[in-house]
Amino acid sequence: MAKLPSRREETLGGYIVHGIPFPVSTDEESLEFLKKMAPIQIEQEYKITYLHSYGQDSPWFAALTNKRLLASRDPESGYTTANPRGADMFSGAETKWIDITNAPAKVHAFTVCYFGSEEFLPDCPFVLALIEFEGVNTLLLTRLMGVDPAAPALDWIGMEVKPRFLRNSKLKPTDVYFAPASSEQ
Amino acid sequence: MRPVYAISGGVSKFAKARPDKTFQAVIKEAYDYAIEDIGLDFPTFTSVVDGSVSSYFSDHFARQLMAGIMAQDYLGLCPKPGHRVEGGGATGGICFQEAWKSVASGHMDVCVAYGFETMSHVETWKGNEFIALASDISFDYPVGGFYSGYYAMMVTRHMKEFGTTPEQLAHVSVKNYNNALYNSYAQKSQRISIKDVRNSPMVAWPLTRLDICVMSDGAAATILCSEEGLKKLEAAGAKIARPLVKVTGIGRGTDMMRMADRPHFDYETFMRDYATPQEQNSDETKVYYKKLWDHGTRYPGVHSFRAGRTAGNMAYKHAGIKDPLHELDFVELHDAYTSSEIQTYEDMGLCRYGEGGPFAESGKAFLPNVDYGLKLKDKPVCAVNPSGGLIACGHPVGATGLMQGVFAIWQLQGTIKKHFKADQLQVKNAKRGAIHSHAGTGTYVSISVLEREG
Repeated sequence: MAKLPSRREETLGGYIVHGIPFPVSTDEESLEFLKKMAPIQIEQEYKITYLHSYGQDSPWFAALTNKRLLASRDPESGYTTANPRGADMFSGAETKWIDITNAPAKVHAFTVCYFGSEEFLPDCPFVLALIEFEGVNTLLLTRLMGVDPAAPALDWIGMEVKPRFLRNSKLKPTDVYFAPASSEQ
Repeated sequence: MRPVYAISGGVSKFAKARPDKTFQAVIKEAYDYAIEDIGLDFPTFTSVVDGSVSSYFSDHFARQLMAGIMAQDYLGLCPKPGHRVEGGGATGGICFQEAWKSVASGHMDVCVAYGFETMSHVETWKGNEFIALASDISFDYPVGGFYSGYYAMMVTRHMKEFGTTPEQLAHVSVKNYNNALYNSYAQKSQRISIKDVRNSPMVAWPLTRLDICVMSDGAAATILCSEEGLKKLEAAGAKIARPLVKVTGIGRGTDMMRMADRPHFDYETFMRDYATPQEQNSDETKVYYKKLWDHGTRYPGVHSFRAGRTAGNMAYKHAGIKDPLHELDFVELHDAYTSSEIQTYEDMGLCRYGEGGPFAESGKAFLPNVDYGLKLKDKPVCAVNPSGGLIACGHPVGATGLMQGVFAIWQLQGTIKKHFKADQLQVKNAKRGAIHSHAGTGTYVSISVLEREG
């Protein structure tokens, strides 16, 4: 049986305190006593909105909003990366776009995340997968749907999958995700 | 390049949180320890040291830009030269090597490398988010940025290709936590079994909480010097232990930020560009690897770290090591995950690619004087993470690689008992060891070889 947690999760938040105990006089003995004082800890909020540019990779995101999955290919060697890459890493040449929406695809590796970073905790458990495509030299990180997160199995590796696209694009790489090719559209 | 000696070090005990002190004061604990260990006082050392290199990983955790200069200031090192280095999880190891460069190049005779991280200032899951920002924020992070998830995908591939099992991973956790029972610096030490590891909460299948290191607050410092620096320090009254510990090998490698972009090289490319000389010269190993490739293995894929292999090959060539398993007495390596320790056995040539799982459970990486409650097939050959590694000691990122440097210095000086207050972890007659520092999904790796003279 799995071990049950014996401690509560710590969270920030609490009371606002006005005034902290301090010696009434600053005589030598009192000042020396301050060395025994516990540290003061305060909360500091830090929130900022960035204007993030996808730069030369923008067409890849534009394609997702139109239910197409693009890849980058070196025109000379044909070396193809599933993630967009403006310049080929071997030749240094500018790549061209190719459409791999219908390329046969399989699960190369995966995991089920039962915990996650704070932003993704509400999604847990979720399945992360690396997808391999026929005719493509590298992989694509994605979410895998249509498999049971409570029953992960190594057999998922090699499973044929197909891309699916969000109808309401968020302009994020999660606009595309994958599901078993055998599952209903 | 001039000979460089690693003469002293100090570590603040890593802890879940250190609200009692600011980061500068925690660094000073490690710094003062390193100075006192060579018998100098603060002003005297200040008069001799030429400069520094500082390391910390995340401006997000510190919420302070230019934290390095604040430490330099607190340590009384201004206006001496100094700079900060950053390279993800390998930050500490890179810092150690940058200090080595400062001395080896003749720029400094005495250089102090210090590093820290304060990870307790945010809650655990926000901390995981900060760490995940060390993945591509356009393509990787938004999909579910979580380092344990990234590493768990490597594990499933390693399991599929090589037959590695979760129980083999758990051997690493049992070894490292049990070693740490004798390390007074360890953040977490506990007597655990394979069953405990597998029964602890599942984080990212198949990695459980006990397969993964924790976040920490902490600092570490090492002092490096040239022969001229030794003379200056001793003229100032330093008592430096003999035989000396010399840095004899330096290596570094890199790989793509997006794990998905890593290449999948064929057999010929692997054998030509990445195999160790030992592997290249063994017909039996060539047959073994050919068989793997015939079954679909490609290199590095997501199961291996070519940055680690590149760093190892470079450091071994520099140090004249041909058979790392038998020519290194110990390795302190970056076990952020039990699985990454197994992957690193392979990268560092302690075993062949694909054999990390059996190697983990063989006993070759264990210590002879520690009871692990396991039946191990082989006798210890090369202790891996005798300190307990990151899994047990903790991982305040900017300090971790330097902590490894400090523990390596103490192993080679034969002073583990003095510093740990127990000698079970002292590798008997340790002559040569390596420290391995690793970032991201294998993006930066540094390996340094340290050797006892004489």
